[in-house]
Amino acid sequence: MASRRIPRREFLKSVSAVAAGAAIGTPAVWSAQAQSRRETLLLITENGPNNLDIHGVGTNRPGYEASWNCYDRLIRNAKKTLPDGSTSYDRDKYEMELAEDMNIGDMSATFKLKKNAKFQDGTPVTANDVKWSFERAISVGGFPTVQMKAGTLIKKEQFVAVDDSTFRVDFIKKDRLTIPDLAVIVPGIYNAALLKKHATEKDPWALDYTKSNTAGSGAYRVTSWKPGVETVYERNDAWAGGKLPALKKIIWRTIPSSGNRRALMERGDADISFDLPAKDFSEMKKEGKLKLVSNPIGNGMYSLELNVAKPPFNNEKVRQAVAYAIPYQKIVAAAMFGIARPLFGGPSNDVTTADWPQPSGYSTDIAKAKALMKQSGAGPIDTTISFDLGDAVNSEPIAILIQESLAQIGIKTTINKVPGSNWRSEMTKKMMPMMINFFSGWLDYPEYFFFWCYSGQNAIFNTPSYVNKDMDAFIDGARAAAAAGDKAKYAKDVEGFISKAWHEVPRVPLFQPYLNVAMQKNISGYSYWFHRQVDYRSIVKG
Amino acid sequence: MLATLGKRLATAIPTLIGVVIVTFLLTRVLPGDPAVYFAGPAATPQSIAEVRKSLGLDRPLPEQFLRYVGDLAHGDLGNSLSTGQPVVKELRSRLPASAELTLSGLLLSLVIAVPLGVLAAVRQGSWIDHICRIVATAGVSLPVFFTGLLLVYIFYFVLGWAPSPVGRLDAFATAPPSITGFYLFDSLLARDFESFRAALSQLILPAVTLAVFSLAPIARMTRASMLAVLSSDFVRTARASGLATRTVIVTYAFRNAMLPVITTLGMVFSFLLGANVLVEKVFAWPGIGSYAVEALIASDFAPVQGFVLAMAILYVALNLAIDVLYGVIDPRVRVDG
Amino acid sequence: MSDSVLSAPAAQNGSPAVALLRHARYVVSENPVTGLAFALFLLIALCALIGPYLVPHDPLASDTAAALKPPSLAHWFGTDQLGRDIFSRVVVATRLDFAIALSSVALVFAMGGLSGVAAGYFGGWTDRIVGRISDTIMAFPLFVLAMGIVAALGNTVTNIVIATAIINYPLYVRVARAEANVLRDCGFVQAARLSGNGEFRIVLTHILPNVMPIMMVQISLTMGYAILNAAGLSFIGLGVRPPTPEWGIMVAEGAGNIISGEWWIALFPGATLMLAVFCFNLLGDGLRDLVDPRRRT
Repeated sequence: MASRRIPRREFLKSVSAVAAGAAIGTPAVWSAQAQSRRETLLLITENGPNNLDIHGVGTNRPGYEASWNCYDRLIRNAKKTLPDGSTSYDRDKYEMELAEDMNIGDMSATFKLKKNAKFQDGTPVTANDVKWSFERAISVGGFPTVQMKAGTLIKKEQFVAVDDSTFRVDFIKKDRLTIPDLAVIVPGIYNAALLKKHATEKDPWALDYTKSNTAGSGAYRVTSWKPGVETVYERNDAWAGGKLPALKKIIWRTIPSSGNRRALMERGDADISFDLPAKDFSEMKKEGKLKLVSNPIGNGMYSLELNVAKPPFNNEKVRQAVAYAIPYQKIVAAAMFGIARPLFGGPSNDVTTADWPQPSGYSTDIAKAKALMKQSGAGPIDTTISFDLGDAVNSEPIAILIQESLAQIGIKTTINKVPGSNWRSEMTKKMMPMMINFFSGWLDYPEYFFFWCYSGQNAIFNTPSYVNKDMDAFIDGARAAAAAGDKAKYAKDVEGFISKAWHEVPRVPLFQPYLNVAMQKNISGYSYWFHRQVDYRSIVKG
Repeated sequence: MLATLGKRLATAIPTLIGVVIVTFLLTRVLPGDPAVYFAGPAATPQSIAEVRKSLGLDRPLPEQFLRYVGDLAHGDLGNSLSTGQPVVKELRSRLPASAELTLSGLLLSLVIAVPLGVLAAVRQGSWIDHICRIVATAGVSLPVFFTGLLLVYIFYFVLGWAPSPVGRLDAFATAPPSITGFYLFDSLLARDFESFRAALSQLILPAVTLAVFSLAPIARMTRASMLAVLSSDFVRTARASGLATRTVIVTYAFRNAMLPVITTLGMVFSFLLGANVLVEKVFAWPGIGSYAVEALIASDFAPVQGFVLAMAILYVALNLAIDVLYGVIDPRVRVDG
Repeated sequence: MSDSVLSAPAAQNGSPAVALLRHARYVVSENPVTGLAFALFLLIALCALIGPYLVPHDPLASDTAAALKPPSLAHWFGTDQLGRDIFSRVVVATRLDFAIALSSVALVFAMGGLSGVAAGYFGGWTDRIVGRISDTIMAFPLFVLAMGIVAALGNTVTNIVIATAIINYPLYVRVARAEANVLRDCGFVQAARLSGNGEFRIVLTHILPNVMPIMMVQISLTMGYAILNAAGLSFIGLGVRPPTPEWGIMVAEGAGNIISGEWWIALFPGATLMLAVFCFNLLGDGLRDLVDPRRRT
């Protein structure tokens, strides 16, 4: 708590809100009802959770939100105020959540647990619960296990319960991402005793139970969940992880139609509409009836990805021609309504800073693109351009604009909308020649992005199938330099891999998108998080 | 009666078997690998294989089918992958929402379309006939989602008469204790008039949307069968014997004309259940239609299979009921296979 | 039903075309709505035929500087998110929508009409098999079946046509079967049989032509339904591929913009679509009057 900075005005506001609440919270029935509305948040989004536990099989992003608010972690990122006045998590600072103290040694980190920390069933949180939870995360397979691996948290022996209230993580090797990885959603602390009761031989980690029940020590618990319809949370008044949240109850409704979500906000019937399309955001902002907050998505990039393993895009000149033929300005203006940070039109493809994401040296230049096509020796090209149907709001106009522009340099394209279910399996097949895609990393470090999207391990996100030894050397070099704290070598390697990526363009960078939120004017305390979900704990109404 | 009922049921069995097989095959050729989908982001080939095995998708198709049929025999429709809940449970909790909406739409449509059809038949060829035809046809000519969105825009967004389109109840209202699952009945049974009003006001717009869409077939059928009856011998006889036109139309013609209309109701109902899918999406209605659409898009087999099977059973049952009803109303008609 | 058979012998003596035309003129003059529908139908057909050569703008050309502009002299129906001219898109889309409607109807007529006639004429096993197939399809929630087919086979125009044809199959079978069943025992068919014609020859030359009139009604009604079905599929993201202009997908995409005040994006394609479906439906009603004189008293 100590490091959390609350702007004075916000602080006064929240104090006066509490005072006002206390004053009204007396007898009369009608005021009790009004009171409950004031302490209840109505949140609307396009999709709801499919699982309340991030460790579950195939939990979707809304499911991460449930996990984030219902479970605690040892530590969490602190917050900071951005230049535009909005609040964001702070990548480089931590505050304590279930731990009261963190001690990072050379090859291990030791945590003392808060004495008063209790699970929602009243049992105390012990180091054994932490150990069991971490073992769970690295054992269940799928996404949680991969995420733990990103911080080199791989083996059960790394997690040691020294005594009831002391927990230690041993490092296998030095990795700059280990501590940041402890503050993401995956290493939440689960009620081991409770879950062991629900475990079966087939389901040793009780994933079935946590799918629809929350078993944590977090600030909220889910009291009713109707998948695809509604999720209702109630506050845990005994929360030890931080200051008691202002909201007693959260009602989260799924409203599939974007038009209806907008209507609900404009008529004041819902409190927060999360993750708005850029169009709604820019128009509602102009109208000025609501409070609108927008933050660039950290470590995130929309790009046009070209499959380098197969013709015609195995030809570097063709890829460069494509990069010069993209109608960048039109895309940002018409598809994103200006709510995007351009990642094009930089001074050069030889970058001179380690900032990430940063613009490439490409900009729309059809003459140059035509010349490159001629040099490449490629004949007329007929190919497909694919995107995820679930992201049609952004991707479809982008695809149409790109299609129109590529026709000018002799590349004919057919647009292929891939249903959400099929998108990931198409990605794993690595057969799509050209696709519009978005990737963002939770851990906001360039080498993390490149590790997933450009490295020779050829992960699912390396959709262009780009494998290059020199690139790998830069990425590995940067990771090693970061672990050793060698800043100069780190900067050199980061600049090296970005420049190489821009020159060889297996993916043509387009823009960095924003995460847009609309709130009624009486809502405050919203903060941007790397996981791109709503943290209810800091939100205040009234 | 029981014997004919049994015979009628027996003929429905091949249909249901056909539905089970076709649905199973159709869901298996859906694109997208559920294993990949549910292995989540950052999946590795190994983690995908693990998920595939845990879902039983690594087995040969006939074996998967046998297992599915075996589960069906135990009344187990499987689990939805995307919501994690047993399909049976979800269908049971969502079916009343869809049924309440569809039946309200159908009832509303009947109340408007039948008089319209009768009027059109009685005044055949007049401007009333033409207007009836134009109104009913216009309703069925608009994509149902578009009608829904238009109604929301006018009655909620601009005029503010309708409540927010957030499903069966306002977020802050509490659902009545579940007895029938129909909020209108349950709230009345619980004497909770506040909930009744809330549920009714949420129901109006989607029900009107459905009703607009189903006016045409009912009005058309009523008109046609009314015309047929009006030109029949017994009506002519009744007229000739000097009965008042009103009496002839109401007591003789109308009753007889309703028989074919009842037969078509089965088809209209099935037609509405299809339209329902889109209406539920527009109004965030927590019914089985929206459930099935989401599942289909996610290649989530079990709910799609469960939904189709449930609908098929409902359809067969409904037609059976109509046949029986028909037999009761018109003793000349005997149900035989 | 038996009255409609009257047209059969009529068709065999002298000038059936002239008689039909005279009858048609009578129907139109009796019923102005049908006349209107017929005129509209001609307009739509004309649009489909020559529309693409007349439009003022390229329906695919984007102009982001002129995006989301309300109707004006330059853009009669306004422009969409990418600045494309909605009027041109609506006109050009006529051909595709008309083609979707026509080909799905042709397909289902070939499948449902023929198998229905066979079932009605031959009875027995043929009837039982055709009946089972049609019952099974009917037991599906039809729109969901169409969705499933398009999702499984991929969202191309061909597959949308196939899916629409399949869900209309039971309707065609029902009508064709009932009609063929009655015709089977009619005098002129029996006469043909007695004079030594083979069964297939009878079906092709005597039954089928006489089933046609009542099928025309069905065809007209299902053409409208085919367009609506394609629009519904577009709404859930299974419509034709962008950037191809098609009414349904334009309505589906524009529908989200009604709340934000850009009403023209959905309204114009929506109104056009409605007019077309409306016209097909009214035409079906009119044709019914034409082929089924009993319904007209």
